[in-house]
Amino acid sequence: MSEGEIRGIVVAHGALAANLVEAVRGIAGVEPDALVPISNEGLGRDALCASIREAFGAGRQIVFTDLPSGSAHLAAMLVARESEGVAVVSGVNLPMLLDFVFKRALGLDELVLRVMEKGRNGIHGYRPPTG
Amino acid sequence: MAIALLRVDERLIHGQVVIAWGNHLRSRRYVVLDDDLADSEWEQDLYRLAVPPKSEARFHRVAEGLQVLRELRQDPTTTVVLFRNLTAAMAVDPAAWEAGDALNLGMLHHKEGSSAVRSYLYLDEGDRAAVKVLRERGVRVYGRDLPSSSPVDAAEILGNGSQSGSGETPARG
Repeated sequence: MSEGEIRGIVVAHGALAANLVEAVRGIAGVEPDALVPISNEGLGRDALCASIREAFGAGRQIVFTDLPSGSAHLAAMLVARESEGVAVVSGVNLPMLLDFVFKRALGLDELVLRVMEKGRNGIHGYRPPTG
Repeated sequence: MAIALLRVDERLIHGQVVIAWGNHLRSRRYVVLDDDLADSEWEQDLYRLAVPPKSEARFHRVAEGLQVLRELRQDPTTTVVLFRNLTAAMAVDPAAWEAGDALNLGMLHHKEGSSAVRSYLYLDEGDRAAVKVLRERGVRVYGRDLPSSSPVDAAEILGNGSQSGSGETPARG
């Protein structure tokens, strides 16, 4: 990881984080430690917080979580509160992660707003015409 | 009787409780009896993020349990009451429990000295002693992580039963 680039930590239920990160690597071909997956499976709050801290790189981090009401999101916010240069974004999806991995040199606040927008913009509904 | 579920879950207010149980019970209030959380407003704000828009969350110390539960029983708002662990549930004034009360054991993760009852439920000797005390107070204790799961009865929780779910249907929650 280049010095100063933001690391992404994806924390989600079951195998979701690992699968999302694998998909990003398969599509974008980024370096392995740009995104680190963590599952909340079998982990209490303190253990999950410890796993998130261990996944941190030397500089700034964004912790991506799946459910804003989930224990993973709560743990991420607890860790973010005690740490400098950490942001948390819930509702993680592939569009936001694919943008994130190419923009990790941006400022933390700017990148948080950007990935939230990319995540929202990646949601489309379509209902085919009937008849 | 507006208390729809009394539950021990170390995650307190979180997705499984508000999404699975909240929708199943149509609960509109989540009450947490936990000393640490009752004393920390910023942590309360974090947990409130998990509460659906038309619902509310309240946080009280365990010592307030008797008064809080009595008030909730008289209030028509459908409520889920949460304890972080069995120690907290056992510390509530015994007079707070009423005949027919059932205590749901949700998620308790593995810890030193604990053994698995289910993948979501690990208990140590202290936990099992608390279950016995609560049963002596007339509380029916059962394990169940989700409304769609089979309940686990106290005999199995205490290590006296079979390894399969009992099929017993909890009267409350």
